[in-house]
This record gives sequence, structure tokens and C-alpha cells, in this order.
Amino acid sequence: MAVTSPAIAGAHQYLDAQVRWRTIEIVFWLATLLPFVVTPDYLVLASQIAVTALFALSLDLILGYAGIVSLGHAAFFGFGAYTAGLISKWGWGEPLTGLLISGLAAGLLGYLMSFIISRFRHLALIMITLGFGLLLHELANSASGITGGADGLQGVKMWPLFGAFKFDLYGRTAYWYALIVLFLLFLVSRRLINSPFGLSLRGIRENAVRMRAIGAESRSHIRKIYTISAIIAGVAGAILTQTTETVSLGVLDFQRSADILVILILGGAGRLYGGLIGAIIYMIARDWFSGVNPQYWYFPIGVLLIGVVLFLPNGILGGLAQIVNSERGQRCTGWLTAPLPWRRRP
Amino acid sequence: MITSVFGVLFDGFAYGMLLFLLSVGLSVTLGMMNFVNLAHCTFGMIGGYVTVTLMNSWGWPFLATLPVAFVVAALISVVFERTMFRRLYRATDLDQCLLTIGLVFVSVATAAWVYGTIQQPVQLPPYLRGSVQVMGLTLGVYRIFLIVFALVVTGLLVAALEFTRFGAQVRAAVDNQRMARGLGINVDGAFAITFALGSGLAGLGGALAIDIVGLDPSFALAFLVYVLIVVAVGGLGSIGGTFAAAMLLGISDMAGKYYFPAIGSFLIYLVMISLLMWRPAGIFGRRT
Amino acid sequence: MSVPVLSTSGLDKSFGSLVVAKNIEIALPRGVRYALIGPNGAGKTTLINLMTGMLRPDAGRIMLGGEDITALGPEERVRRGLVRTFQINSLFPHLNPLEAVTLAICERERIARTWWRPTSDYRAAVDEAYSVLESLMLGPVCTRETRELAYGQQRLLEIALALATRPKVLLLDEPAAGVPREESAELFTAITSLSQDITVLFIEHDMELVFRLASRIIVMVGGRILLEGTPDEISADPRVREVYLGGATHG
Repeated sequence: MAVTSPAIAGAHQYLDAQVRWRTIEIVFWLATLLPFVVTPDYLVLASQIAVTALFALSLDLILGYAGIVSLGHAAFFGFGAYTAGLISKWGWGEPLTGLLISGLAAGLLGYLMSFIISRFRHLALIMITLGFGLLLHELANSASGITGGADGLQGVKMWPLFGAFKFDLYGRTAYWYALIVLFLLFLVSRRLINSPFGLSLRGIRENAVRMRAIGAESRSHIRKIYTISAIIAGVAGAILTQTTETVSLGVLDFQRSADILVILILGGAGRLYGGLIGAIIYMIARDWFSGVNPQYWYFPIGVLLIGVVLFLPNGILGGLAQIVNSERGQRCTGWLTAPLPWRRRP
Repeated sequence: MITSVFGVLFDGFAYGMLLFLLSVGLSVTLGMMNFVNLAHCTFGMIGGYVTVTLMNSWGWPFLATLPVAFVVAALISVVFERTMFRRLYRATDLDQCLLTIGLVFVSVATAAWVYGTIQQPVQLPPYLRGSVQVMGLTLGVYRIFLIVFALVVTGLLVAALEFTRFGAQVRAAVDNQRMARGLGINVDGAFAITFALGSGLAGLGGALAIDIVGLDPSFALAFLVYVLIVVAVGGLGSIGGTFAAAMLLGISDMAGKYYFPAIGSFLIYLVMISLLMWRPAGIFGRRT
Repeated sequence: MSVPVLSTSGLDKSFGSLVVAKNIEIALPRGVRYALIGPNGAGKTTLINLMTGMLRPDAGRIMLGGEDITALGPEERVRRGLVRTFQINSLFPHLNPLEAVTLAICERERIARTWWRPTSDYRAAVDEAYSVLESLMLGPVCTRETRELAYGQQRLLEIALALATRPKVLLLDEPAAGVPREESAELFTAITSLSQDITVLFIEHDMELVFRLASRIIVMVGGRILLEGTPDEISADPRVREVYLGGATHG
């Protein structure tokens, strides 16, 4: 080992600091345990928040980090959801293996799609992801013999988790099951974005042309992250199926793709926690307004979207980061406070 | 069997005309500014509700409501363009998508609030109702009216683009925006006018569509997909391409729903994705 | 002269009726400093785009160290050592220089495929990134975001990114474009002190710099190569004077 100069040591320190856990992160994850104690009546909602957060995380990996826009991400969520439902319906109700198989199935679909996705950008990409989402929705609708069509999939029955914990009506098992899976996949994602691979993804988001000019394997990176993202989305869908023991055609709706985009953008894309925060706010707000006609619900959502695009381009977390920075009178670097590059054309 | 084929062709053609009116504005504005306006069908919906309101609450005749539908949709679109869209011309596709999806959501919710979620009824005047026999075929009068009307509009549009000074400016801006600016063409001004005209045409399309596909708050979302398919397949900024794509989609959608009711829309989406993969700029697109 | 590191033969390219490259024949020996000059619109950047694979030629061949690379994509050419910089900064605005150069090194070493270890574990890559940056006087700002760097520093980062790929041939498209003359000295010192193993071809409009730095000069006009020679030969040639002093605009 060569003698390290103080300047190089600074560079290493900088990179090490990126990986280190911050207090606020630990507080956040401890706070996710609060529903067990504080609001035990709302564990069903909490488990759905965890599912949505996981779905948002999967979108964040491709959109927030690699800059790949998708208007049809519900395809993978729904594919995972239906796979989990069908496995159970066909007689295998063990949750963990069901989850694994569903994730892998969605991942396989994502892998096949990624060959198309990695070739397109901009409007064509938006259209293709949109069309693909609609295609899968139609497919599930038409194949009513297998999926139950518009009536939804009936007869999903899950065995107890580890043979001991039944999925109860109060969502107790559901919440800790969803929370643990969310946390584990979050750990994986966090590791991923701090790796050289994660760095390359950010490079693709920042400047795809320049990536070619430094000899980067952008397409294979995109294929890889798209597959990973599809797996996570599929797992999220599978948890929804397993904890509610039903699958409706709604898991593949365009609305779901649009909602998850809203959630991620609202929270702040490209910062891992953005989707989580967005999911918490969105799902709680929707629960409050659950008595209202669902068509009206889209009024505040639409206003929020317009407001975020026009006034808060980096989402809630980005806005917070800006306030924190200007108060400290300093410019922070790093994943939490970095502004979001892909929002503006170079 | 033969008559049913012609019947489907005829209905599909009329439907395609509708799609053309709804999409042509988006195609041209996308070609000019690369602005991804997912709220385009909102203007169609506005036109539809203008016609419904004027007819049912004010007792206006159907034909008289059409120009109003055009003007109101155009005016509202100008307000949107001036206050919001223009800030995002240089933003990413995603930002444009998000903003305009937000507008769609707001408009859908507003329409549901004001008019309820039910289908709006319209009573066409007697001379547009019923059907006529032409060479053994039963053709709906309204569909004939629709086709003639849309063809006239298309003719006017093409003539305006080909033979007027304004049309030349628009063509230049679609072709090469930077060069058009360099030539001293007021691209932003031309865009604003084109945008208003395109939205007005969508409003007209929305008003004409009520009798064929009905009108409820989901119109802005439901037709968005069709319009996007037409634009994506036809190629940005190409009137001929948009026309051909609208006809293709109208006829194949009708045929699909008639002959393969179970997988009709599935086929449409499949064809769209394949076309996009083959020619990302549309079958008639010039841009790469 | 030994086998040229980079050569082209019969390279043609046109957009519709506009001919931007016609029968381009060049051969760059190892370690030579070439300048590519010519009036605006002569096709200089187009030639770089053709050689690096950003554009496909209509006809002709491109050879890199004896290997035909005409059919290869830009990434493949970079991995074989043919690297460019951009006339207009084409950087990663929200990455800092340390991350950007580490990224380029990780791609070169194929480390960029690994996603289960943090970047900071790859000490050697980070150390190399830092030393590249330090050699271009970017050490002190290596953890500041690229978009916040001074313009001249961004130009240096352009070169740093290219160097991180360990090029055999480096094509610099107006490396000093937009940099005030008094500040461009740093930039050209950096270029002069590049390893002698690297062949450099640079586009530059400042003739004083061209004659100071280049060992050979290629003059392009209207998509064709007008002539090639040593700085003395070029400055003495009446045709060059014609191009630069008569009619054509001076870039």
C-alpha cells in the first residue's frame, strides 16, 4: 500500500460517509414499529403502506436512479400479485416460497422487457411502458379462465407464516411480514445504490451520451436494474395478494402506475426514502378520504402533481433538504440532499 | 357477411375521423415543441360538456353548439398554455407528463363534481338521426355527417398549412425549430396559436363524439390512450400520418371489437408496441 | 513510419445533399500531437463523430491499431482505446468529479457490474481517480458537484473523464472552447504533459496555440482534407492562407 496523502484520505472519507447510516435513518426505521403500539387498529393500513412503499422503492431504482421513465410499472406489481394468487389457488399456500416465486416470475418478465426498454428513451419509452401496462391489463381481463377477469381471482388461501403465524383480520402478521420484507429489500437497494453499479446508474441518468463516450456498458446496466426493479415490484404485489387473500384486476390498472409515480415524485425521487415518505402521506390521506367518491379523490392528487412539478421539483424530501441546507448556510453533498438532476434537460 | 365487412369499415372510418379530430392538434404541437401534453383529451372533454350544457340547459340546437365547443376549448387551452405549459417547454418529458396528468386528474374530478359520473345524454336533431340505404348498406346519417364534416375540416387544415404564411411558419417550426427561430419566425407565438387551434379541434371532436362513444368524466383518460397511439404511430407533426394512423386505428378497433370481442383491445396494444419498436418515430415520422 | 494507431480510408458521410465528409484519409502515428483545423462547418466535429462511432459513415473504413472498428459501437471503440471529449461540456452535472472519474475507471475495469460492495471498498479505483484529478489540478474540488465548478475546471474534467478510460488515441474537440485566453494556458499545459504513449488529435481555432502544441496539422475545408503537414509547411502554404484570410469565415 502506498502512503496515503491527506488529500486522498479526504476523498476516501467522503465516499465512506456516503455509506454510513445516519441517526435520522435509524429513527425512521424505529418509528415504523410504532403502529404496533400506538395505532394497533390501523395495522391493515400500515401493511398496505409498507406494500406501497416497497412498490415505490422499486420504481425509484429505475426512475430516480437510472432515469428510466415508466408509465406502466403496475405490470410487474400485478404480475407478482397474480402469480402469488395462482400459486396459492393451485394448492401451495406457503407464503415465503410463494413470495420468492412471484418475485422471480415478475423479474423474468422484467428481464424480457428490459431488452426493449434499454433501446428507447423519451417519448417512445413512455409510450412503450404505457402500452405494455395496458397490454397486460387486457391480457388478465381476457384470460378470465385463469385470472377470474373483472371479478378478480377467488379462492386464494394462505397457510400460516412459518407454519405458526396466521394472517389475522387485524393485520398484525401482515404488517410485520410486509415491514420485514420492505426493510430487507430496502437494505439491498441501499447497498446497490452505493456500489459502483449504483454510480453507473446515476451516470446514465445524468448523461447517457457521455456514458457511451467513456465506454460504459449502459444497456446491460439498464437491463440489470430493470430486472431488479421488476422483482421488487413483483414481491410488493405478492405481499398484497398474500395479506389480503384476493387479487383484483385493479393491481394492473393504469391508475396504479400513475399513483405510484405520484407517490414517488411527491416524496422525492432518487433518494430512497422519497417513495417511503410519499407512500405514508398518500395512503394515510386516501384513508381519510375513503368515504369520498374515488373520482373526487383525484382532484387533490392532480393539484399536488401540478404543484410539485411547478414549485417543488425535488419532492418533499428535496424541499426539506433545501431548507436544511440554507439554514446551515452550507452546501451539503450526498444522496439525501443532492438535487435531482434528471428533472431538467441539459 | 360482405355487408357486415362494409358496415364495420364504414363505422371504423367514422370512428377514425373522430380520433383524427381528437389527435391532430396533439400531433402538431408535439412536433413543434416536443411538449408531451397528456391533457389533450381534457380539451375534448371540455368541448363535449359545452355542447351538452348548451343543448340540455339552454336549448341550443346541436349544430350551433359546435363552434362554441371549439372556441371554449381553445380559450381554456390558451389559459393553460400561458400559465403552466410554457414554463415546461425545456423541462424533461417526465415533468411534462406529470404536470399534464395532474391536469387530467383535476379535470376528471371537476367534471365528476359538476356533472356527476353518469353518461351525458344528447338528443340529436331529427335530420341527423336514423339511417339511409346506400347500395344495400345501412349507413347511419350521423356517421355520414361526421365523416363529411371531418373531411372538410381536414381539407381546411391541410390548405391552411400548405398555402398560408402562418402554415409555412408552423411547418418550418415542426421541421427544425432552431432554424425557424434563426429565420426570425416567432416560434412561441406560432406555437400558442397552433396549440389553441389544436385544442379547439379536440373540443370539436369531443362534442361530435358524444353520440358515438358517450361522455362521462373518464373521457379525458379513456381517449388519451387512443390519441397517444394515433400520434405515436402517425409520427409527430405529420398531418397525413395522423390521418392514416387514425383511420387504421378506428377501423382495426371496430373490426377487433366486432370479430374478436374477447381480445380486441389487446390486439390494438400489441400492434402499437410492435409498431413503436419497429419505428419509434411513427410509421410516417421523419425524426429519429 | 510504423503502423498508425488510428487511420481512416475513404470515409464518406452526407446528410441528404449536404456532404460533411468526403474521402477522408488520415493516419495518426503513435504519440504524435495532431491539430485539426479549418473554418466553421468544415466537418471537423463530424470527423470526430465518425471516428468515435457517434455517426455511421456512408462509406470507408476506420482502423484502430490494425483492427477494423468501422462496425463497432462507440462503447466498444472506447474500450479499445479511442476516446473523445466534447466541444460543449458533456458531463454529469450532479456527480462530483471524484464520482465521475471513479465511474469511468469502474467501467473500464468492469467493476461497475458489482452491486453488492460499496464504491469506497475499491480503494485502488478511487486512488487512481484522485490522481487523475490531481494531475489536472482538480484535486481540491473533487468533492464539489460538477455543475458548481468553474467553467475552466469543467473543461479540465472533460479531459479527466477521457483520461480515466486509459486512451491510446485521444480526440479533443475544442478543449479550450469558451475558456478565456489567459485561463486556457493551464488547459494546454495539461495537454502537453499527457503521456507520450497517447496519440492526441485536437480541434482548435486559436492558431497561436495550434502552432505551439501540434507536431502535425491537418486542414479541413468543406468536408475534405485540404492538406496535412508540419506547422511550418502549413503556415507556408498559400492555400491555407487563402482559406483563412480570403472568403471563408475565421472561427
